[in-house]
Amino acid sequence: MKITDKQLNELALSKQEYQLIVKRLGREPNHLELGLFGSLWSEHCGYKHSKLLLKTLPSKSDKLLVEPGVENAGVIDLDDIAVVMKVESHNHPSAIEPYEGAATGVGGIVRDILAMGARPIALLNSLRFGPLSEAYSKRIFEGVVSGISGYGNCIGVPDVGGEIGFSKAYSGNPLVNAMCIGLVEPKYMARAVTGEPGNVLLLVGADTGKDGIHGASGLASQTFEEGREELRPTVQVGNPFLEKILIEACLELIQSGDYVGLQDLGAAGLTSASVECASKSKTGLEIDIDKVPLRESGLSPYEIMLSESQERMLVIANPEQVSKVRRIFGKWGLEATKIGLVTNTGNVIIKSSGEDQADIPVELLTDPPLYEVDGSKPNWLASLQSVDLSKILLPPLGVIETLIKLLDSHNVSSKKWVYEQYDHHVQTNTVIEPGRGDAAVLRLKGSKRAIATSIDGNGRLSFLDPEIGGAIAVAESCRNISCTGAIPLALTDCLNFGNPETNDVAYQLNRSVKGIGDAARKFDVPIVSGNVSLYNESHGQSIYPTPIIGALGIIDDVERITGSGFVSEDDVVFVLGSDQFDDNYNNLAGSEFLEVIHGLVQGQPSIDLDFEFNVQAVCRKLISKGLLKSAHDISEGGLLSTVAESCIIGGIGFRMVKLTKQRWDIAYYGEKQSQIIISVSRENINNAISIIKAAGIPFMELGVVGGNTLDIGNDGSISVKTLSDCWYSSIVSS
Amino acid sequence: MKTGIVIFPGTWSDKDCMHVFRDVLKQSTEYIWHQETDLSQYDCIVIPGGFSYGDYLRAGAIARFAPVMKSITDFAAHGGLVIGICNGFQVLCEAGLLPGALMRNDHLQFRCQWVNLKIESDCTPFTKTIDRSSTLRVPISHGEGQYYASSDTLKELERDDRIVFRYCEPNGDVTKESNPNGSVNNIAGIVNISRNVLGMMPHPEKACEDILGSSDGLGIFQSILNSTSK
Repeated sequence: MKITDKQLNELALSKQEYQLIVKRLGREPNHLELGLFGSLWSEHCGYKHSKLLLKTLPSKSDKLLVEPGVENAGVIDLDDIAVVMKVESHNHPSAIEPYEGAATGVGGIVRDILAMGARPIALLNSLRFGPLSEAYSKRIFEGVVSGISGYGNCIGVPDVGGEIGFSKAYSGNPLVNAMCIGLVEPKYMARAVTGEPGNVLLLVGADTGKDGIHGASGLASQTFEEGREELRPTVQVGNPFLEKILIEACLELIQSGDYVGLQDLGAAGLTSASVECASKSKTGLEIDIDKVPLRESGLSPYEIMLSESQERMLVIANPEQVSKVRRIFGKWGLEATKIGLVTNTGNVIIKSSGEDQADIPVELLTDPPLYEVDGSKPNWLASLQSVDLSKILLPPLGVIETLIKLLDSHNVSSKKWVYEQYDHHVQTNTVIEPGRGDAAVLRLKGSKRAIATSIDGNGRLSFLDPEIGGAIAVAESCRNISCTGAIPLALTDCLNFGNPETNDVAYQLNRSVKGIGDAARKFDVPIVSGNVSLYNESHGQSIYPTPIIGALGIIDDVERITGSGFVSEDDVVFVLGSDQFDDNYNNLAGSEFLEVIHGLVQGQPSIDLDFEFNVQAVCRKLISKGLLKSAHDISEGGLLSTVAESCIIGGIGFRMVKLTKQRWDIAYYGEKQSQIIISVSRENINNAISIIKAAGIPFMELGVVGGNTLDIGNDGSISVKTLSDCWYSSIVSS
Repeated sequence: MKTGIVIFPGTWSDKDCMHVFRDVLKQSTEYIWHQETDLSQYDCIVIPGGFSYGDYLRAGAIARFAPVMKSITDFAAHGGLVIGICNGFQVLCEAGLLPGALMRNDHLQFRCQWVNLKIESDCTPFTKTIDRSSTLRVPISHGEGQYYASSDTLKELERDDRIVFRYCEPNGDVTKESNPNGSVNNIAGIVNISRNVLGMMPHPEKACEDILGSSDGLGIFQSILNSTSK
C-alpha cells in the first residue's frame, strides 16, 4: 500500500512514527490498520507529548480506589460512598461548531463518569473565549453556552459551577473544558475490562454514523487554519435524550451485576473503547464490523472503527449474561448488539464479509512513542517578566470609577446570564449554588457530610510564568473550596496548550506541569484524573498556556459552610493573609487591573505555597468552628472588587475603615495571592482572632458590613444597587 | 397515602419527587413505568419534570400517547389527585387534562432561577393548608414554560378560581418583572374544573428542605397529604 503524506497528516502521524509502526508490525499496515494506529497514537488517546510529564504529578493517596490513568476517571473513597471526577476538553470541536462541540463535550465527560458505574451528580465548565466585542467570539460564546444548556438540562445533571474568561489569546481557539462528578457505592464500581476469552462485546446506544471520524487524531491533535468549516463533519452531533436513557439503563445493568466490563465510546470511538479494555485485561478481540448497527449504509470498516458517534457504550458480558443485558437495555428501548468476542490471541482482529480486515497485536496499539517535552525559556518571556511595574502611573480615573470598570469587565462580572441557562438544582443536593459562594457545595443525602467543588485556571498568569501559573491554578481551586469550609481531597486537571513541538509551548507545558505538581504535593492533594488538549492555536498564534484545575473537597458538617456574600449589619470584615496594604508594585503583575486600565499583560506573578497552605487551613478552621459569616478569596479584580462582590451577593453595604495611604491602585486592585476577605459577627471576633493569631497568619480589620452603599472614606461611596446593576448586566447578550 | 411517580424515558425529577414523598414526608411511594396501566392502588399521581422522549417535537407531545396516560385520565375522572410539575404540566396540557399550552419562554432561553409564587386559590387539594397571604419561593427550570390560553379560557379560569399560582415579587405583587417566561397574566399553575388535577411550571419538590434554600414547596405536598388522609 502506498502511504501518502495526506493520509498521515489526516491521522496526525509523522513519517518517523509510520516507520516505527512498520518496524514493530514487521510489515506495512493496511488503511484500516493505519487508522487504528493513528487514533490510538494520537495526542488525544495516546498522550505521546504529555505522558512522561503527567507521570511526575502526585497521584498517590490512601483515599484513592483507582490509580489515575488506569480507569476512565479517578475514584476517591469517602468510606461508604466513592466520588468519581474528571475534566475533559472539547476545544477544537467547539471552535468549529460551538453548539454541538460543547454539547458533546458534556456528553463525553458524563459517559466517562458513567463508565465507572457512577451516577453523574454534577457538572462544571471552564470556558475561554475571545472578547465579546468580536462577532466570531460572541457567536462561539453563545453557541457553547446553549450547547451546554441544551445537553446538560436534558440529562438531569445539575451544572453547579465553573468559570469563564475572555481574552484575545482565545479569539481563534476557544476553550471548552467540562468536568463531571459522580457518586458510586464502591461495590458497584465498574471497570473497562474484557474478562475471560469467550466473553461477548455488546454495543449499546446510538447507531454508528459518519460523524466524528478523525475527531481524535485530525481535529484534537493538530492545529487547524483556514478552511475550518470543512472540518465540520469531524464534529459529532449529540442526542441528550439518548444519553439520559443510556445513563439509566447502564446504572440498572450495574446494579444487576450481570456484566463483566463497561466502557464508553469517546475519542476514537469503537477503536479506543475496545482496544483499551483488551489492553487492560491482556486479551485479544475479534470484532465483526458487519454487526455494528449503522445510521446509514455504505460505511467502510475504517469509518465504522473510527466514528465518534455519540451516546454509545460497550458492554462486555459472559455468554450467560447476554440475554439479561439485552432485557435491561430493551426495557429502555435500546438495542444491545453482539459485535464481537474476547479472545486469547492478544491481537485485535477486525472482520468484514467473513474476511480479516485488520490483525494487530493490542500491545502495539497501546504503546505509542513517548516524547520528552521541554524547551528553553523564551526571550520574550524574560523581558515581559522583568518589566519594571513601578513605572506604572496612577490612572486618571478615581478609585470608584476604576472599580466600576473592573466590575464591568467580563472576566470579573457576574456570569449569571450563563448559569441561569443551566439547571443547577436538579437532584436536590445543591446547597451553595452558582453565584453564592467561591465553590459549589452539594450535600450527600443520608449523611451530614457535603462535598465542595470548584474549577479554576488563569491563563494570563500562566502566560507570564507557566510554573507559577500552574501552582496558582492549584492554589486557587483549593482556596475556593476552602472558602466554603471544605478540605481539599483530590484534583483533576485539563492542560490546554499550543503546539508542543515548538520550543515555547514545550517550555510552557513542562514548567506548568512542574508548578501543578509542586503545589499539589505541598497541599498533599493527589491529581486523580485529567486530560490534555494540545495544538490550541489559530493563525500561528498559540493560546495562553491554560492549565485548568478542578478541585473536590469534603465538608464534615453541611451546616458549617460559608458563602461569599456579606450577611448581616455590623459584622466585621477582615483580610486574612495581610496585616497591611501591600504596596509592592509586583502585585499588579498579570492583574485584571493592569490589562483593563493600562492595556498591559506583563510582570512576574508570584505565590508562596507554604503561606497559601496555612491561610487556607486557618480559613477552614474558622468555618468549621462556625465563626465566619462569609469568605471570599481575592482573585481577578483585586481586594476592592472582591469586597464589592461580597456586597452585591449579600445585598448589603460595607464601610471600609482601613484605607491605604499609599498607591491605591496596588492596594485595592493588585492581585496578591493567598488573601481571603472574611466577615465575622461581633461576638465571635475574639475567638476568630485568637485562632488566626495562633496559626501565625497576618490579618487586618478592613471595615464593617451595613447600610446600602460601599463606602471608601475620602475616595467616595457608591450604592450597592449601582454596583449590582453593573456587575450583573455586563454579560447580557442581545 | 400512597403516591405513584410516573417515569417516562427522559424524566429526571422522579427521584427528587421520590425523595420528598418517601424521605421527607415518610409516605409510601412507588415509581410507575410509562407502560403501566393499573393505578388502582394510588391516592395521588405525580407527573414529574424532565424531557419526556427528549421533547424534540414539542414538550409533552409524545408522552401524552404513553399507555399510562390513558389510565391517568381515568384516574383523574374518578377524582384521583394528579399533580404535573414542569414537564408534567406540559404533558397534562398536551393530554387535554388541563387547558392551554406551554410555549417557549418569551426570551427564548432556558431559565433556572428562584421565583416567588402568589397563592391565588387555597380552595384546592394542593394548597388547602397553605396560608393564602404567604408567597412561595421555589425554583423554575424550563425552556418552554410560557403559559398561553385563549381569552375565553382565561376568563373561565379566572371565573372558576382555577388559577392557583402566579409569578410575583417577594411581597406578593404580580408584576411584569417577576414573570420569568412571559406567561399570560403571570400564570404559573392551574387546576382543572374538578380541581383534582394541578399543573405548575415551578418545581416545589426542589424546595422542601431549608438546606436547599427554601422549604416553601413542602406546603403543596402537605396539602396533598392532608387531602388524601382518610
